[in-house]
Amino acid sequence: MVSQNRSDVALLYRRAGFGLRSDELDRLSTGSYEAAVDGLIAGLGGAADPGSAHIPEPTLTLPVRPKKGDLTALKAFNKAITADTQSLQAWWMNKMITTSTPLRERLTLFWHGHFATAVSKVRYPKLMYLQNQLFRTAGSGSFETLMQAVAKDGAMMVWLDTITDKKAHPNENFGREMMELFTLGLGNYTQNDVVAAGEGFTGWTYNTTADRYVFQRAQHDYATKTYLGQTGDWNGNDIVSIAVTNPASPRFVLSKLWSHFAYPVSPAEQVVTDLLDAYGTGMSVSAALKAIFLHPDFRSDTTRSGLVKQPVEYLAGAARTLGLDSTLQPLSSSGTTQGTAGAGTAGGKTKVKPVALSALATTLGQTLFNPPNVGGWGQNTYWLDTVTALRRFEVALILAERGDISPVSSVPSAERLDAAANFLGVDGWGLTTRSALAQVADRPSELVALALSSPEYVIA
Amino acid sequence: MTRDVIFTRRRFLVGAGAATAALATGAVLGHWTDVLSGAHGPSQTASPGSGPLVLVTLYGGNDGLNTVIPYQDPNYLKLRPNLGYQPDQVLPLADGLGFNPQLKGLHALWGAGTLAVLRGVGYPNPVLSHFEGMDIWQTANPTDGSGPGWLGKWLDEYSDDPMRALSVGTTLPPVLRGEKSAATAITSTRLSLPGDATLQGAYAALQAPGSDRVGLAAAVATSGADLLNAKGQLDKLAASATTPSTPAGTASGPATLTEQMAVVAELIKAGAPTQVYQVSLSSFDTHAGEKPNQEKLLADLDSAFSSFFSGLKGVKAAQGVVVMTYSEFGRRPAENASGGTDHGTAAPLFVAGPKVKGGQFYGDEPSLTSLDPNGNLLHNIDFRSVYATVLDKVVGADPEKVLGGSFPTLPFI
Repeated sequence: MVSQNRSDVALLYRRAGFGLRSDELDRLSTGSYEAAVDGLIAGLGGAADPGSAHIPEPTLTLPVRPKKGDLTALKAFNKAITADTQSLQAWWMNKMITTSTPLRERLTLFWHGHFATAVSKVRYPKLMYLQNQLFRTAGSGSFETLMQAVAKDGAMMVWLDTITDKKAHPNENFGREMMELFTLGLGNYTQNDVVAAGEGFTGWTYNTTADRYVFQRAQHDYATKTYLGQTGDWNGNDIVSIAVTNPASPRFVLSKLWSHFAYPVSPAEQVVTDLLDAYGTGMSVSAALKAIFLHPDFRSDTTRSGLVKQPVEYLAGAARTLGLDSTLQPLSSSGTTQGTAGAGTAGGKTKVKPVALSALATTLGQTLFNPPNVGGWGQNTYWLDTVTALRRFEVALILAERGDISPVSSVPSAERLDAAANFLGVDGWGLTTRSALAQVADRPSELVALALSSPEYVIA
Repeated sequence: MTRDVIFTRRRFLVGAGAATAALATGAVLGHWTDVLSGAHGPSQTASPGSGPLVLVTLYGGNDGLNTVIPYQDPNYLKLRPNLGYQPDQVLPLADGLGFNPQLKGLHALWGAGTLAVLRGVGYPNPVLSHFEGMDIWQTANPTDGSGPGWLGKWLDEYSDDPMRALSVGTTLPPVLRGEKSAATAITSTRLSLPGDATLQGAYAALQAPGSDRVGLAAAVATSGADLLNAKGQLDKLAASATTPSTPAGTASGPATLTEQMAVVAELIKAGAPTQVYQVSLSSFDTHAGEKPNQEKLLADLDSAFSSFFSGLKGVKAAQGVVVMTYSEFGRRPAENASGGTDHGTAAPLFVAGPKVKGGQFYGDEPSLTSLDPNGNLLHNIDFRSVYATVLDKVVGADPEKVLGGSFPTLPFI
């Protein structure tokens, strides 16, 4: 039987990171749960990340949108965007697999879903990269600071049309989504507020050559606006400030955080109330995270059965355990990866065709840097359908075949079920899963694949 | 403190508890894997003569004005001096409109009275982005295209069977994804599971319901059980098919629309309980060199429709079939300098089938002179009215429940 502390630490790292290998879990569970929380929180913000330090920044070709009508150039442009996006995906996947600051990567993934911005419309991979770095560096500080930065973020400004927001033709898109999806939630603002927000952001645009936000005075509407009950000559900065300081905002943001790390809740629930003090007027995301992980409910059965792994965390976690990089090549002993997605060269240890982990994520329904729409990815049952079940099984077979499963294959058949649970960081198998796994106990690779498809593993 | 219920009781009972439910009702006491693999058969069928709906997604924004051509409107050739079709090239319909010369099969269906054209279909404040436009069409949410697909919402309300909706292709488009339920994606008339009999047996055992599985754990197993259920039903249909054929069963799915629709036709003939099918055709984004490219695509569409309906002639299960096209937007009335057109707004839709009141138009033809500030057409049929009509008349669902509002239905069925 797994000790309570070991089970708690494993849960913490599944939710606040991408899981732990059994050797890591052995080490961390000798300390207290609280110490494990402190360790994760310490890795936020600007902390060094020795684990992924060797991963080079993504190589981007920075394609420039061709003149209208040049079909050949347009094809090349589209191809370059695809290639750049794949580089970004491989880079981030490798970071998630190798990071020693897993909560920071996990929080970056949370913000990517929260501020769901897709390269399909932005069509400027460098902006996607800059946004991702913003989440990584500013994601755990003050939410207000983050929201102000996101409002001036190039990818976001293209994604939600802020760059086209001009006095003569105000665009309401960013203002509306900022309230509905980023800061307040439906029911906490009116269409008049949407109009006022749109006016507040008039004149905001972005210079993609200098990579910076630009304010065009002549395009700004200086008229007095009434926004969320406050009247003044509001600029976009004021619009953000008024939104995040609205009484509805902390509950909204905290419910999103709790829902991502523990289980889905609405803003009105008691656990959200419990987090308000930690978040405070400073809107501290790291303090809120610490309060979430230390909340008694976080280690409850409700949490333990409360989330399905989204494909990216499923794959990054499995790759960590199986010792694979983002191209499903073995991670070397030093933890360095051999090449990046699409390269398919280097190493040459095996003749196996490189498969990008991010491409597998796509087959499971989640493409990094390309959420389905402004609402981001769904949760739980969103990932449970027949196609995803089939693809998950197919993907699990590939992972188990490519990965190092020696902790399972090297023990006698009779011990393999327990070895697989330990290997994959699962507390144990239920009776139903146990009897299914037993049918392939003499086939270690298929046993691991089946274990990766089990409800026990698929639940986060 | 109560947590949101994250999956429905209905789905839990029918999915995870398929076996237990069957046992509890004292039904045939087969082995539970028989139940999971579809031996219990479809639980409910559509009302006789209605459906299935075959949704044809045209990705990229099909140019409506060169599909249903206003060849007698002098403004048409003014807007399209190079890209326009001459009056003697079009296949005449009525009201000064004619089909693109590639649409000979559709023209014959129009003549036979089984194909209708819905004119100027769109929504207020149209967006010109592919992805957002497609999201809006697929979710029926014109505000921002977020939320579950409109047919996904129908599945959430009504489905208890993974065969209820099928999408031909490797991935499932958002239109068929609900919050709790989703369609099944197939690449041929069969679903294949990896591994040998031993592994497949163990996989089936892994999806069994058990007292050790509650909540989301049960839902994970349900999705696997649903997969096996769909596979079992498809295997059965294939085994009972009079003309055993597996059209275009490659791993990546059928390449052409004709092949995709052949898969659908096979399943309809075999008596599949499916009420909605989804197929698709891409590359309608004709910013440059539009004429040859769009003509090729329209020829594909035309031959797919023709073979589909000729293959289903006299098939009883196909009496209520309705095929409907849609695209994320139409294109700009004025041609651009590259022999193409830019992103537009409202466009015509095709609706075809034996029960369709065809050979006529629904909705007015958008004006070529009163355009929106971007020079695009103004819509006159809200797309949700089209959805409401097919939900009511073809799918047999309450449109208001699915669309979250009331939209007037159209008399095309």
